Amino acid sequence: MLSRTAASLYWIARYMERAETVARLLEVGGRNALIPNLSGGFRNEWESILQASGTQAGFAAKYGDPVSRNIESYLFFDLDNPSSVASCITGARENGRIVRTALTSAVWDALNTGYQEMLAMRRTERSKLPLSELIDWTMRQSMILRGAIEDTQLRVDGYDFLNIGYHLERADSTARLVDVKYFVLLPQVDYVGSGLDNYQWRTILRAMSAHRAFSWAYGGEITPAKIADFLILNRKAPRSLITATEGAASHLDRLARGYGRSTEAQTKARSLVAELAEATVEDIFDEGLHEFLTRFIDEISALGGVIHEVYLSGDTR
Amino acid sequence: MDGGKPEYFNEMFDGGMVRAPYAGLDAWTRQMPPELRNLKQSEAEKLFRRIGITFAVYGEGGDPDRLIPFDMFPRVFSSAEWRKLEAGIKQRARALNAFLMDVYGRGEIVKAGRIPAHLVYRNDAFEKSVVGFKPPRGVYSHIVGIDIVRTGPEEFFVLEDNCRTPSGVSYMLENREIMMRLFPGLFRENRISPVENYPALLKRTLASVAPHKCDGDPCVVILTPGHFNSAYYEHSFLADMMGVELVEGQDLFVEGDYVWMRTTQGPRRVDVIYRRIDDAFIDPLCFRPDSMLGVPGLMNVYRSGGVTIASAPGAGVADDKAIYTFVPEMIRFYLGETPILNNVPTWQCARADECAYVLEHLGELVVKEVHGSGGYGMLVGPKSTKEQIAAFAEKIREDPSNYIAQPTLALSTCPSFVEEGVAPRHVDLRPYCLVGERIELVPGGLTRVALREGSLVVNSSQGGGVKDTWVMAE
Repeated sequence: MLSRTAASLYWIARYMERAETVARLLEVGGRNALIPNLSGGFRNEWESILQASGTQAGFAAKYGDPVSRNIESYLFFDLDNPSSVASCITGARENGRIVRTALTSAVWDALNTGYQEMLAMRRTERSKLPLSELIDWTMRQSMILRGAIEDTQLRVDGYDFLNIGYHLERADSTARLVDVKYFVLLPQVDYVGSGLDNYQWRTILRAMSAHRAFSWAYGGEITPAKIADFLILNRKAPRSLITATEGAASHLDRLARGYGRSTEAQTKARSLVAELAEATVEDIFDEGLHEFLTRFIDEISALGGVIHEVYLSGDTR
Repeated sequence: MDGGKPEYFNEMFDGGMVRAPYAGLDAWTRQMPPELRNLKQSEAEKLFRRIGITFAVYGEGGDPDRLIPFDMFPRVFSSAEWRKLEAGIKQRARALNAFLMDVYGRGEIVKAGRIPAHLVYRNDAFEKSVVGFKPPRGVYSHIVGIDIVRTGPEEFFVLEDNCRTPSGVSYMLENREIMMRLFPGLFRENRISPVENYPALLKRTLASVAPHKCDGDPCVVILTPGHFNSAYYEHSFLADMMGVELVEGQDLFVEGDYVWMRTTQGPRRVDVIYRRIDDAFIDPLCFRPDSMLGVPGLMNVYRSGGVTIASAPGAGVADDKAIYTFVPEMIRFYLGETPILNNVPTWQCARADECAYVLEHLGELVVKEVHGSGGYGMLVGPKSTKEQIAAFAEKIREDPSNYIAQPTLALSTCPSFVEEGVAPRHVDLRPYCLVGERIELVPGGLTRVALREGSLVVNSSQGGGVKDTWVMAE
């Protein structure tokens, strides 16, 4: 397969997963803003959302103060923001158009229809589009595409590149979503375990479509340790860091088997999985949740770099 | 033609009688209620949009995802009509390739005084860097698109030749697919020759001109300028149908004596490049140094026989509008045959006497730029105002050698679906002739139709549409 084709497939998946993450962040922000700000001096919840999506600087330059309506526009519709839902969906569709021949018509249809609907929404008056609908719409587009890929794509290397993109982006996004928590609570240790704290943790679970799954898996009180365990170390949670990392590693392994050649990418992915498999929540809290997540995000991005180098750049000999 | 309304040949009706090839369509249109027609039309549009076959017009702005209007009324040829066309098209494709081999070789046709030397050697499309080079099987133009118009039952004229990268073949294939989906009954009741093996023939043709250095199964690729190009859909469609990689310049590199493509498993050697970019862009070291679309060093590999480029660099000298006049001469000179298809009589404004005639008769002529395409920069005399004609005359006087003129042909019409029902509209035809080890022509082509009433311009950039083209089986 052409390296450029592989790169486009990888980016289709990354963009769609990123669009979904932004929608999930918007959900966290929207819900957090519904509870009274009991803690004067706290950071603005919305600001933490911008921070987690890595768009704070861009937003500040364009709008200044974080007002919820502006943040919604910036994160959803703004094409100046490379991480907005609109930008991601446009990017995914554009990459799809480039590698149209590597996609089934069902997959292309999902990409193209999502894009056309997005264009229609951009022309619609904003007041007719409540945030909750925008969030649901984005999740649905992402799932339709994912379903089309799973149901129709041939299980060849292209399928692996799509999945590697998905899993890497998902690992990155879960880490960022959990990290939001850190920004919200930064100055206050007193609130850990308080009512407010639990409400916010619960919102994170909800944004991961996992609050009911969590109750089934753990039961009892919601504690930060349980949630961290669920979202980072639990293989049953579909969006946990370990599930996502293992997913990327297993598709890299498939690739290595198919090509009859293992590379640095496989080695690196496996060592990341090994670290997560051995870690405990205590280890993570000892290191500091934020410190752990920051390090993990860096590792994932380094893995992305290696994958680019050995498969996507076309410079391999 | 002065004053009176010209008579046009209607391909379906001869007086009140339905001509034989169209017999199967007469009842079909009569029995089709308007509601059904509208339903089918919107279904067709949905299908086109869904497969993403769109057309972007350079410089016009607007919707980059525009569809070319599709007219569901097919255009039909009898098998006898097609036999003649086929023989004429293949003859022309052979002569054009013989001409190319000759002018990049010994130049016999020039020495024999049949074509003026300056028209060939001082032509912008003449490619000095390939002089003396003999491409595999002596083929320069592997895909020859020949634009044909009709003025009567037996009167066919070649309007122009396209020896570089004629586009539109994806419409020939998709129009057929869509017609078969919309009206399966029509295809059961009529014996219509299939065109669907075109991609397979194209691949075989390209594989047959692999360089001598290629051992084993030739690796064929399509080289596209990229997804912003207006014909990108066609490039990716053909790559998909042929099962070959669609590459951009950045995917290829030269090392040693070969061209390689960058794959996820390391470099892979490429043997045949079906390029859909112009000569000027294929190699920045040889042609335009600012080209980002090409592959540095490609021409060196080409000239040393490491890769085949289709169509060959330099093929454009044969389809120039100034050379066009001499194609019948080529047929007589190289093949010793009588041309089966006629040229449209053409006046070269480069010649003072002919230019004077053209300037006197602008009101009844069609004037074209020598290097123009897409229906731009032309004057259709009978359809123009006095002011437009005067302005155009000025342009011709400024640079006469840039223009040729032809009589306004009474283009044939074919029934077409329009707002009010069915009405005759003018059509032309572009068949795609493949030249490799063998010369192949699928029975069909792209019929373009001028959907505006009375219009003779069929270009999609000027409001033209497309039709499915049927050749009845024997």
